[in-house]
Amino acid sequence: MNTRPTKDRVLRVQDLAVHFKVREGLLFNAKTHTLRAVNGVSFELNAGETLGIVGESGCGKSTLARAILGLIKPDRGRVLWLGEDLGKLDEETLRKKREDMQIVFQDPLAALNPRMTVRDIIAEPLWTFYPRIARVQVDERVRGMMKMVGLLPSHVNRYPHEFSGGQCQRIGIARALVLNPKLVVCDEPVSALDVSIQAQIVSLLKDLQKKLNLALVFIAHDLSVVKHISDRVMVMYLGRTMEISTKKALYKRPLHPYTKALIKAAPVPDPKLARKASETGLTGDMPSPLDPPPGCVFHTRCPYVVKRCELEVPALRRMENGDWVACHCAEDLDLTIGKSST
Amino acid sequence: MSLLEIKDLHVDFKTHEGEVHAVTNLNFSIEAGDALAIVGESGCGKTQTMMAVMSLLAENGVARGKALFKGEDLLQMNVADLNKRRGKEIAMIFQDPMTSLNPYLRIEKQMVEVVMHHQGLNKSEARAHAIEMLRAVRIPDPELRIRQYPHEYSGGMRQRVMVAMGLICQPDLLIADEPTTALDVTVQAQISQLMSELRAQSNTAIILITHDLGVVAGLCDRVLVMYAGEAVECGSVEQIFYQPKHPYTRGLLQSVPRLDQPGDAGMEAIPGNPPSLLSLPEGCRFRERCPQAHDACSEAPPMQLDEHSHAWRCFLNDGDQ
Repeated sequence: MNTRPTKDRVLRVQDLAVHFKVREGLLFNAKTHTLRAVNGVSFELNAGETLGIVGESGCGKSTLARAILGLIKPDRGRVLWLGEDLGKLDEETLRKKREDMQIVFQDPLAALNPRMTVRDIIAEPLWTFYPRIARVQVDERVRGMMKMVGLLPSHVNRYPHEFSGGQCQRIGIARALVLNPKLVVCDEPVSALDVSIQAQIVSLLKDLQKKLNLALVFIAHDLSVVKHISDRVMVMYLGRTMEISTKKALYKRPLHPYTKALIKAAPVPDPKLARKASETGLTGDMPSPLDPPPGCVFHTRCPYVVKRCELEVPALRRMENGDWVACHCAEDLDLTIGKSST
Repeated sequence: MSLLEIKDLHVDFKTHEGEVHAVTNLNFSIEAGDALAIVGESGCGKTQTMMAVMSLLAENGVARGKALFKGEDLLQMNVADLNKRRGKEIAMIFQDPMTSLNPYLRIEKQMVEVVMHHQGLNKSEARAHAIEMLRAVRIPDPELRIRQYPHEYSGGMRQRVMVAMGLICQPDLLIADEPTTALDVTVQAQISQLMSELRAQSNTAIILITHDLGVVAGLCDRVLVMYAGEAVECGSVEQIFYQPKHPYTRGLLQSVPRLDQPGDAGMEAIPGNPPSLLSLPEGCRFRERCPQAHDACSEAPPMQLDEHSHAWRCFLNDGDQ
């Protein structure tokens, strides 16, 4: 998927699918439906690289995050971590692998145990993986982590409720990094925060990534936040990949009409431009993931829809510039931003 | 006479740890048909200001000052008089559409109740009116949809129902507290557009409360920026976006992620956190985080006002930037 040598490659996801069984109705009328939360997603990630994953709620991005870490068993496909298939490992071996793979959750306060001090929260992964580690060593490491994420080490005995949302997210990041992981999956780490604090957390993650050479998966529902941290961006819709492009290409000339719709929907913080902006082009709601449209899942809302889109599922294919797209018409569309085509 | 005029408003909460000064000495007004944005970070007092106006403060909260709605002080009004205005003349939309709709009642019941109470219509008239409102906010098949429960709606549709309920009695003032924060960007754009269309049709004044200056630009005429319970800047959208005078406003603008500009423009953080409202610092409340703080800032800065009614609370002036 890119030209870097394969030895940097830490993560490879191949045709991953996660299905949930959903029951509807009561007793005798009960029917079981299959919800295809993630439906055939593939991508690769190198050490020190950030992949942004963007899509609206219900597109399967959080399920994908969990499946990558082996927290949900996939129904199809593989997750290869340093060449090893995580699905084939037994519980105990998988647990040990998790030392290298950590997660940061969306709601910072809910992700922290309110009855534990910051010290205990950040130290917990250390105790889990190194039960015999010396207390002094833990303490030193915890204080070091706090300093690294911009918290005062003297607050080590405080409880989560004594911190603001942004500070709680810093604690969550310290906890994720304390084991020196190689991969961190951030599941909407800034969605619950004020815009001014979002910027703090994003630049913190960016700095830490550079310092520690982390592979980062950064999930968000909004392309504007992802722009500042990603090297490549994957856009998802109803469990499927619509596009994987380098940041530079995606924001200038997206390949998929859905990506363009997301870019155009982002609010413009400029009164003159905002009043000029035309409609987003996207009307209606996302179809129910229980009953996705046939053919291209986006065809019901796509302004460029043709007959073929209703019949045939577009495969994710590589374009000339090396980016990936799942759209029948990708070659014929010029979706350059700023050029008004709709 | 302004539609709503806030004069010297203070909102305090008594807590175990002491008195929390959520809003200090706030003054602003909004004219009929105008759209005002109140912008600031969590805890700056933007929501509590509007809760005080609606007399919805928590039990330990006290509001002092005046909130004149069409010349009458809402803060001195008894509950019966308030109830004649709330929902009818002033409506409010809350941030989370799921928790503000009753999950046990059909949408029909929740909408019809408001109309019957305030406009004295009978049930079938009220129902017809409710269906019409749902159609206006572009709910597909409103005749069927109105019989459904909130959980059968998507997040964006629930928020559209909230907008419909807010506007159903054609209020003079609609207060929208972070109406799009919990929604996806594409739905956000739909709701913002819907609100500005409905505003143009019905001449309803809107107060939009938000932490994100990005959503303000397209929808509002004036902006009030609050910090730690105080107004720090107030002006037209053009003044706020193109000639911000207060360092905090500039910080907020720079922290908005920008897709309309190339490269890594935007998303510059304001360092630090807002001060605790329990123990506010002397002098300028933004001093600790301000890149331009100097010795004079240990005194409380005055509100400056230029000839274009652009107001800001800072010692700095244009030339000092």
